[in-house]
Amino acid sequence: MAGIPHDHYEPKPGFQTWLHSRLPIVSLVYDTLMLPTPKNLNWMWIWGIVLTFCLALQIVTGIVLAMHYTPNVDLAFGSVEHIMRDVNGGVMLRYLHANGASLFFFAVYCHIFRGLYYGSYKAPREVTWVIGMIIYFLMIATAFMGYVLPWGQMSFWGATVITGLFGAIPGVGVSLQEWLLGGFAVSNATLNRFFSLHYLLPFVIAALVAVHIWAFHTTGNNNPTGVEVRRGSKAEVEADTVPFWPYYVIKDLFALSVILMLFFAVVGFMPNYLGDPDNYIQANPLATPAHIVPEWYLLPFYAILRSFDNTVWAVQLVHFLTFGIVDSKLFGVLAMGGAILCMALAPWLDTSAVRSGRYRPMFKAWFAVLVIDFVVLMWCGSQVPSSFTGWVGLIAATYWFAYFLVILPLLGVLEKPLLPPASIEEDFKSHYASPAE
Amino acid sequence: MFRKIAISAVSALTLMTGAAWAAGEGETTDVAFSFEGPFGSFDQHQLQRGLQVYTEVCSTCHGLKFVRIGDLAEAGGPQLPEDQVKAYAKAFPINDEASNPQFLDPASGSMRTLTPADHFPANNSMGAPDLSVMAKARKGFEGPYGLGTNQLFKGMGGPEHIYSIITGFTGQTKDTAGVTLYENKAFPGGWMGMPNTAIAAGQVTYADGTESSLENEAKDVAAFLTWAAEPKMMVRKESGFKAVLLLGLLSVLLYLTNKRLWSKVKGKKLSHQA
Repeated sequence: MAGIPHDHYEPKPGFQTWLHSRLPIVSLVYDTLMLPTPKNLNWMWIWGIVLTFCLALQIVTGIVLAMHYTPNVDLAFGSVEHIMRDVNGGVMLRYLHANGASLFFFAVYCHIFRGLYYGSYKAPREVTWVIGMIIYFLMIATAFMGYVLPWGQMSFWGATVITGLFGAIPGVGVSLQEWLLGGFAVSNATLNRFFSLHYLLPFVIAALVAVHIWAFHTTGNNNPTGVEVRRGSKAEVEADTVPFWPYYVIKDLFALSVILMLFFAVVGFMPNYLGDPDNYIQANPLATPAHIVPEWYLLPFYAILRSFDNTVWAVQLVHFLTFGIVDSKLFGVLAMGGAILCMALAPWLDTSAVRSGRYRPMFKAWFAVLVIDFVVLMWCGSQVPSSFTGWVGLIAATYWFAYFLVILPLLGVLEKPLLPPASIEEDFKSHYASPAE
Repeated sequence: MFRKIAISAVSALTLMTGAAWAAGEGETTDVAFSFEGPFGSFDQHQLQRGLQVYTEVCSTCHGLKFVRIGDLAEAGGPQLPEDQVKAYAKAFPINDEASNPQFLDPASGSMRTLTPADHFPANNSMGAPDLSVMAKARKGFEGPYGLGTNQLFKGMGGPEHIYSIITGFTGQTKDTAGVTLYENKAFPGGWMGMPNTAIAAGQVTYADGTESSLENEAKDVAAFLTWAAEPKMMVRKESGFKAVLLLGLLSVLLYLTNKRLWSKVKGKKLSHQA
């Protein structure tokens, strides 16, 4: 393996050799834990462990919840109340699971924006990045289907709106929508298949997480300098890195513990703050809520979906040029998908020779605007549509695309980056020589 | 860098002058309840008074079908004595169908033994919604600018919304397509189907001598419905409190472990410099 040179597991004669020649599992665990890891990783490198924990938390609480939940349109809402009132520990199980989704997405956004800032997506980590984006996409699908299960008003109408997007696809759209729903509208068949898939997808995600980790263990971690670990000799490697165990295991556990403290404060004291009160009203196909909104973590992309209505000249132009095939609804759907696709293509859109944003003065400013843009989009998505939010949303959505499609490619040419340090060791020394930095 | 970005993102949001929150959302009066905040708990006597208001007034039209009558005896809730809970359950026999009013069992023809209900009855007379989770199904405080930060400090506002509805009638009525609507300051849109005569001051007589003003009745029944929406609230808060405490302790220990562990790596660096 072309990885960073380091000590490998040496089985002792006897049982260890016997097992190793049959199943090298101890070696796998040893090599994973002893992986040389850049010693300058900052606190933005803790989200991976938080995400792994979230996945485990969601699977464990979800399996127990599934033991008490009933996926039937007449019984689902009541079975959630049964969990809240009669099941031992049911209140905590359900609130941990519901708020666990929020923690999961909060962590994944921190993780993604860390990658975008420090150039973690760049060669040779493109595959890690793309797998991460697929995981993120599956997380969205899983969370969306999970939100339908309590069968509240927002569950039902959210499902109606989102599955309706498939209907915008020309030709096959309506058939596809009916196939997904198992009928002409969101119904018992829809609830049942969403329950089934909501149970399945987390295990697909778990498998992809293993591949994600495998990929970056092959290339080695990125780090805040964006400078690769030197691989010339073991001495060089040891000057740039520390073994994952115990250094990062303990550091990550400390960070996880602090984050979980805050998480449990939310679960214990304000578990409904992030949810929509309308979801405590049982689904009623005859009563449309005044304002249908997704959960907070999907709002930025929901805002992009809504921004491109048929008053936008670009939408009208595309509508004309495609002979009416791409109408405003399809345009919105394409924009929403494209917004995520743009992120996934970042490795090939970013032309800069310098990896880390730390040494890119112009990039820093544009990146800061992107973070603000994301928050503004989130706000727009939560609002009742008005001409003001329409304008803000359109500008914000346009910036999202401009960042990936125009700014990232151009900056590589226009920007004069600072000189990154020669090695992680050099950066580390300078870092600790002047603690004020 | 990340901190700077986070700060600028937050300040960009607070500076943004959004469209004023859509008109007609309904006004919510902020009322102080004993169960608010991480350490708040239910007032047992208030819940008992609220149960009385619900039973004597609201239950005429509104059901409470997800709430277990047995939970009325639970500690932290109304905590009624067991014999009172049993008597309450007996008042709603589940096999008391109107079609068999004479207490005769259709199968055997002999006298029927009435089975007490385990849950409060369902009821939606004149389209009145079930109140089991009503205290969680409404929010009271919005904004500013749709950010929801008011809810962070004042709570979601479900109980306050119930209080505001009960005390929010203006006395105006209007007829729309043969249906009478009643003006209410707290109701989104301003006109609701619940009549302004549904509840009035003095409609119940409290055994503990509390004055049965409309405000007291509203507050008591709002508290009771908050309990009904989540009888396990105290369990949740206690679990949260224990978890925060233990994780806080664990965090301190891990911080010290981490600091000591890394001092070797960082210490070596400093000796290099010297």
